[in-house]
Amino acid sequence: MRPFDYVKPADVAAAVRAVATAPGAKFIGGGTNLVDLMREGIETPDTVVDLGGLPLDGVEELPDGGLRIGALVRNSALAADQRVRGRYPMLSQAILSGASAQLRNMATVGGNLLQRTRCPYFYDQAAACNKRAPGSGCDALDGFNRGHAVLGVSEQCIATHPSDMCVALAALDAVVEVESVRGTRRIPVADLHRLPGATPDVEFELAADQLITAVELPPVPVAANSRYRKVRDRASYAFALVSVAAALEVRDGAVTAARLALGGVAAKPWRAREAERLLVGGPASEESFGRAADAELAAATVRPGNAFKVALARATIVATLRDLTHGGSTA
Amino acid sequence: MTTKHAEVEQRAPYVGRAVDRLDGPAKVTGAARYAAEHPYPNLAHAALVHATVARGRITAVDTAAALAVRGVIEVLTHENAPAMKPAPALSMLNPSTMASGTSVNYLATDEVHWNGQPVAVVVAETPEAARYAASLVRLTYQESPAEVDFAAAEPNAVPQKNNPLQSAGADKGDANAALAAAPVRVDLRFTTPPHSHNAIEPHATTAVWDGDDLTVHEGTQNIAWVRQHLAQRFDVPARRVRVLSPYVGGAFGGKTMIWAGTLLAVLAARATGRPVRLVLTREGVFHTVGGRTPSTQRVALGADADGRLTALIHTSVARTGRVGGGPEQITSASRHLYAAPNIHLRQNLVQLDLVANTVMRAPGESIGTFALESAMDELAWELGLDPIELRMRNEPANNPVDGKRFAHRMLREAYALGAERFGWKERDPRPGAMRDGRWLVGMGVATAYHPAWQLPAKVGVRLTADGTVVVRSSLHEMGMGAATAQAQIAADTLGVPMEAVRVEYGDSDLPPGPGAGGSGQTASAAAALLAASHKLKRSVFALARHAPDSPLRGRRLDRLEARDGGLYEGSAGETYAAILTRAGRDHLEAEAGPGMLGFAAKMLRDRRNWVKAASGAQFCEVRVDQDTGEVRVSRWVGVFDVGTVINTKTVAAQLRGGIVMGLGLALSEETLVDRRTGRVVNASLAENHVPVHADVPRIDVDWLGDPDPTMPLGLLGVGEVSITGVGAAVANAVRHATGRRILDLPITLDKLL
Amino acid sequence: MTEIRMRVNGVVHSLDVEPWVSLLDALRERLGLTGPKKGCDQGACGACTVLADGVRINACLALAVQYADKEITTIEGLAQGGELHPVQQAFIRHDGFQCGYCTSGQICSAVAMLAEHAAGMPSVVSGSAARAELTDAEIRERMSGNLCRCGAYNGILDAIREVATP
Repeated sequence: MRPFDYVKPADVAAAVRAVATAPGAKFIGGGTNLVDLMREGIETPDTVVDLGGLPLDGVEELPDGGLRIGALVRNSALAADQRVRGRYPMLSQAILSGASAQLRNMATVGGNLLQRTRCPYFYDQAAACNKRAPGSGCDALDGFNRGHAVLGVSEQCIATHPSDMCVALAALDAVVEVESVRGTRRIPVADLHRLPGATPDVEFELAADQLITAVELPPVPVAANSRYRKVRDRASYAFALVSVAAALEVRDGAVTAARLALGGVAAKPWRAREAERLLVGGPASEESFGRAADAELAAATVRPGNAFKVALARATIVATLRDLTHGGSTA
Repeated sequence: MTTKHAEVEQRAPYVGRAVDRLDGPAKVTGAARYAAEHPYPNLAHAALVHATVARGRITAVDTAAALAVRGVIEVLTHENAPAMKPAPALSMLNPSTMASGTSVNYLATDEVHWNGQPVAVVVAETPEAARYAASLVRLTYQESPAEVDFAAAEPNAVPQKNNPLQSAGADKGDANAALAAAPVRVDLRFTTPPHSHNAIEPHATTAVWDGDDLTVHEGTQNIAWVRQHLAQRFDVPARRVRVLSPYVGGAFGGKTMIWAGTLLAVLAARATGRPVRLVLTREGVFHTVGGRTPSTQRVALGADADGRLTALIHTSVARTGRVGGGPEQITSASRHLYAAPNIHLRQNLVQLDLVANTVMRAPGESIGTFALESAMDELAWELGLDPIELRMRNEPANNPVDGKRFAHRMLREAYALGAERFGWKERDPRPGAMRDGRWLVGMGVATAYHPAWQLPAKVGVRLTADGTVVVRSSLHEMGMGAATAQAQIAADTLGVPMEAVRVEYGDSDLPPGPGAGGSGQTASAAAALLAASHKLKRSVFALARHAPDSPLRGRRLDRLEARDGGLYEGSAGETYAAILTRAGRDHLEAEAGPGMLGFAAKMLRDRRNWVKAASGAQFCEVRVDQDTGEVRVSRWVGVFDVGTVINTKTVAAQLRGGIVMGLGLALSEETLVDRRTGRVVNASLAENHVPVHADVPRIDVDWLGDPDPTMPLGLLGVGEVSITGVGAAVANAVRHATGRRILDLPITLDKLL
Repeated sequence: MTEIRMRVNGVVHSLDVEPWVSLLDALRERLGLTGPKKGCDQGACGACTVLADGVRINACLALAVQYADKEITTIEGLAQGGELHPVQQAFIRHDGFQCGYCTSGQICSAVAMLAEHAAGMPSVVSGSAARAELTDAEIRERMSGNLCRCGAYNGILDAIREVATP
């Protein structure tokens, strides 16, 4: 870990000022990702700005029936919130599917949004990685890529975004509020993470001086019947091979509303809009679910190691929608 | 500290009971101190720099940036490090020559032999400074072509050579002809990946020089080897080296050999004149310490229509490093399990430019039984026969390859008991016929098999005038309950309560214990403990038999019973304390244990006469998700023939532990080596998937409890047998659930989609 | 250097730490509390689990400076008045460990897990259910952040089950 200065501002204004004047500064929330990356020498901030003193840890009702979640709300607190469990069960389940209880107790909502990839070549300083060292190449393309992305990939990078929470947030049309000395901005979660393209090192639609202060959830009635299904290599404490956040409303055998997003398949939480479009108005049948999944996955670009993810994603989408059709939003 | 509930089970005789671990209170309170947890004044911290090429030479070293980090004391590379002596040549007469993990003379050469080889050491005032500075050491390499791809090299494997302890093959009859003529046959090719021990304690060394006296705190499975190896490499007499290892935070074979971290901590301490602690990073463990070899295996079985084997062929390819490592007994179980008239076994090897492989829990048998027992299951499908019945029809009377006698053979009993406990008769034999909602349910069995080993060991027993017994031997406690078992044995054989027994272990100043390997530590130490206890009783009796006022006067030792803290014949007798006090002795001590040559001669004689092994029957129930192919193990029953069981509590734990590691082998564990660079890619506990709580069901273990007539106290060893057969039992259950035969470990869901 | 105050196992310490010192290293190297273990230093094993204001965290991924003025409890602080904590006793009785290296983390984690459950924290097993019964599957999922390579999981489960349902 490179030596760094540590500051702990008392309010949001001081926090954004602290980074505005220090280009090498980095915010720290729970630290579960940043401390690891700093220890590995992948993140090398000059200054670490500790957000631990800021009053951003509440969950509030919005007038429209949505929720406003402070950026420093711990993952475990958000998952336990009765309003989240009642109105957005997929979000609670997504958070609870991630990491471990200890890490969820530390990790913040804002930090979770800004997690960096778990690609092992990104982590290994000896490997070529365009995300860590632009222009150095990508060892994952012809290396071990079983865990890697199949949607929205480029020849420069096939890393995935590791968050579970973000998959649910993308499905729920959540909006991120960011603050900087330049003012306040609102960014849909679906637009927060970038696909790699030619610049996989640029991961977020966010400037270095911008602080995520809150996430807002709009009211999503269909989300009351929703779930998050995570498929991985062991029963717990592992990153997703594929995950599905889905919400479904079925009336008289027809789908009247649907939300669908995928994790583990792209550099961002993948909102499956094409599938949603095909689902709504169609029958709530396995065939229809399968067609929707196929349409979403048609653009997949696979490697020998991760080709199975297309079939796995299809199977997981169909299974999750089938479960939602048969009622009950519990896992 | 006190514990609330008195353990009612803890009373004599202690052997065969459930006894709480003696080190339990230290471990549950955090008081137990491991190798990296010994404070020393002026302690410095070291960190390794690992090579980033697979093979080549270091052409330039730039340590300026590292040296500029505040708190850095020294950066040692091959350009400035003091020399160590090279690792010794292998000698059968001195087992400690096998101790070196690799043959590399670290920091005495510019050569790089594998990607990740330690090539520099930074010593600093704090661990943070050492690690940061290590990341700033710049090395330039001239790369040479390297061979690192096992799959590519495997066709060029050469036959392994025989040695007195390991047989590289066997031939009986004409297996190829018999296979060709067999009416029913299977011929399958299996692969198993590299595995890593992943002990939760990373390798750590604290090294302190005082002149030519060296003290080393080290988590090791072989204290004697560490002592002798360090003495040899640093050119000091072994008696000047003290190795302390009372707690080892998991090992599983990974702390058997001496690896670079140990040597370089000692070297750094010598070079800087400071006590030095070196803890490998988790990634560093993967780069510094070898793991289990990958394998490709062929198992071909021929049978008649009744399921009697006519041919058994089992061949394997494994890899060693070009600078170290050794073969594994991959085909070992095929020598012993089935009564085939025609057998062909052959183990082959390739050498690659990778970190040397090393022993890992049941080396050979753990992966060899996956192939053999999967093939037997497939043969049962071909025959339409129950897989247990197929095994029973081929149960041999004598060792199949050479006709030697089995010292112990209770597989029939193990299967019978296991089938009953598991409910095997509830199994619908049709594939995919059993369901539970979205889950396909499958049941599988496999045989577990592991040879029984005895190792040379010395044990001292001291009796003090207050009635206390101290058992002294440099035993290794990695979680097996080694000290607790010896205390139970000592309490019984000397007739004292367990509370009166203390065990001193984990210290090279004690009589040299056995290495903790081959599942042989408890039996090996028990043999010496029993002999020493007998000597001790003779000495005690000698003090009493002529004493005019002793009730033992004039009696014969062979008529006396050791009980109630003394020696008695009927109601006549007296306590050890009384005898020692009368004689004016504050203590008596005896030590026993064979010499190396006598031990080797006896072992070879023994191996000519007997085939000794622990064995068992593994029963597995899996659930396979119909959509995603996720496999969950939902039930397990393992019944084992391990001879005498000393401590039912710790033996159950060890048997379960082997099964848990086997579940990882079956379903999730694979250390990924990049075929282009030879670098371990998933060098972390996040990506190297060992089983977590949620992966592990209730594991029902039982044992037959029949002592082996040829082993000390009847012990066959419990550390390794239970990992064997697990991979196959899972694969066979998956075959039953899905109809799919998975030949390549681990059985990840993509193979079942 | 930053000077921080931290209450550890009931004792207030004043520490001068560089910001790059983790909470785990501060406890182990500065305060001599080596009960919390360093298994991976990456948040992937749980051996370093301690309680911060009663909440279980991985001390390896925490900077010590972030935890200034917090109340930290390590395995060394669980026993009270010479009597082992019920979870510690149950671990001995049910043989919830072998090598002992993950044990401090398992025990601290179990103590906090029981409190979390009592406070209504859900898990992915119970999903969005209002109140989860502490089944074996629940305990396993909630303890999955603590690896045990010796495979003492059955004993750990039995120990926790006994304390959870006296």
